[in-house]
Amino acid sequence: MAAMTLLETRALTKTFGGIKANTNVDFLLPEGQTMALIGPNGAGKSTFVGMLCGRIPATSGQVFFEGKDISALPAHKRIALGIAYTFQITSVFANLPVRENVALAVRRDGSRTEAQVMDRVDHVLDRVGLLDRADQVAGDLSYGHQRILEIAMGLGQDPKLFILDEPTQGLAESEVTEFVDLINDLKGSTTILLIEHNMDVVMRTAEAITVLNFGEILANGTPQQIQNNPAVQAAYLGTSHAED
Amino acid sequence: MTGKSKSYALHLCLIALLAAAFFILPQYHVGVLSRVMVLAVYAMGYNMLFGYTGLLSLGHALFFAAGMYGFGLSVQQGGLPTGLALLIGLATAFTVSLVVGFLALRTKEVAFMIVTLMFAQAGYLTVLYFGSITRGDEGFVINTAKRALFGVDLSDETARFWAALLLFSVTLLAMAALVKSSFGRALIAVRENEERAMMLGYDTHRLKYVAVLLSGTLAGIGGMAYALLFGYVGATFASVQYSIFPLLWVLLGGAGTTIGPLLGVLFMYYLIDISSSFTDAYMLVAGVALLILCLFAPQGLAGELRKRVFPWLP
Repeated sequence: MAAMTLLETRALTKTFGGIKANTNVDFLLPEGQTMALIGPNGAGKSTFVGMLCGRIPATSGQVFFEGKDISALPAHKRIALGIAYTFQITSVFANLPVRENVALAVRRDGSRTEAQVMDRVDHVLDRVGLLDRADQVAGDLSYGHQRILEIAMGLGQDPKLFILDEPTQGLAESEVTEFVDLINDLKGSTTILLIEHNMDVVMRTAEAITVLNFGEILANGTPQQIQNNPAVQAAYLGTSHAED
Repeated sequence: MTGKSKSYALHLCLIALLAAAFFILPQYHVGVLSRVMVLAVYAMGYNMLFGYTGLLSLGHALFFAAGMYGFGLSVQQGGLPTGLALLIGLATAFTVSLVVGFLALRTKEVAFMIVTLMFAQAGYLTVLYFGSITRGDEGFVINTAKRALFGVDLSDETARFWAALLLFSVTLLAMAALVKSSFGRALIAVRENEERAMMLGYDTHRLKYVAVLLSGTLAGIGGMAYALLFGYVGATFASVQYSIFPLLWVLLGGAGTTIGPLLGVLFMYYLIDISSSFTDAYMLVAGVALLILCLFAPQGLAGELRKRVFPWLP
């Protein structure tokens, strides 16, 4: 039996003035899959996920989550349905302790007592290796640790869909390896949409890849198929078509 | 002791200290303290919005005056019983907060400051415009007979002190509980990074609206209590000066701290009181003191205490 579709977009379009950031994007994400979204700079990846989680209003088109049309919902309601989003540009609560950053993520749904919240927070921080820094102010963490804190906040939300916008940007090599392990560890328990420039990370984590170019879907398939796709190679290297 | 129990101990100690002051201090200072505690209720209302939610209003005199006039007009000009008039004052402040919050929260930052300032100016001019009822700048006095509640004459110096202390204590403890609650922590999240809070699933607009309602209503309670305890209602309390005061009190005392508002009001009151006994240029002294605090204690008195000595300070 085919996996359920968790997220679907139909003809999703965004124009900024006359510039088309996304044009008629039809996109399917099956439940439980780890999908990477790649494409050259300016391909419209961030705009696309911004429209998924409601940060950026779509010009036209629809977004479906678990079969329900969520196109009209504001961002906070979409998040409450079970979508977590980590920011491309690190955005933590810099003046609050690390623990409170994650606690805010865990506490939001209101189903836990404060003691249960703190248990869950410690568990999440332990999982990402930040437990020994739990009482530090988040703004005092190194850049790499702040990126990891972003991911911890996402985990704290227990999302059905976890959208990570360039999570390894600016991480050291060892931290990237830890990140890859973390994502592979999460596989199966949640659906992941990963925007990523680091092709090594993509190849080591993604089960499927979608390529965006000039705001449109250029290709999708398994990592192997994408690697061998001439159109993708052309988009990234920008050669062959120019010579036609 | 945990941070939580320390915070309880701190608030109870502060209340005990204020109560003890009644027996220790000369009568003049007891009178000052009554006034300071009532104004601190107003300041705590302001602090909730500015200090905890990060919204800078320049129009809180509108809420203070809404409570004051809602109560004062209905008890003095309307001849209603004191208890009922207090409820009307409360309802007035709440309704004004409801309307102003609904409209003003469509704006952000500087625009929010300007819009709240304009609303407050409109309120001030309304008071002057209906001068035949409100007596405008001159204001009106509330009859001593009307200033009694549950058989207690609140125009009496002693009763007034304990009533002010009771109101202050209830507000302080409520604020302390609120900022430790998940709602209070969500407000802090909005202050710190509104977009992130939204992307964690918090309805930040709703949180801000509730904060305006609570803050405005609390400011109104301050205005109402002022009229009840000190027996005077006047347009000065609706003027821009009374919108700036709570901002100064909270900045000086420590924005986003529970005890900051009281410290700020106390400090400002005595600063002006003492300096004016030495010189006519007392506002210059106040200005210099403000500058020094801004330079060397930008987080206010309680804020610096928290930073340097007591990190658990709520």
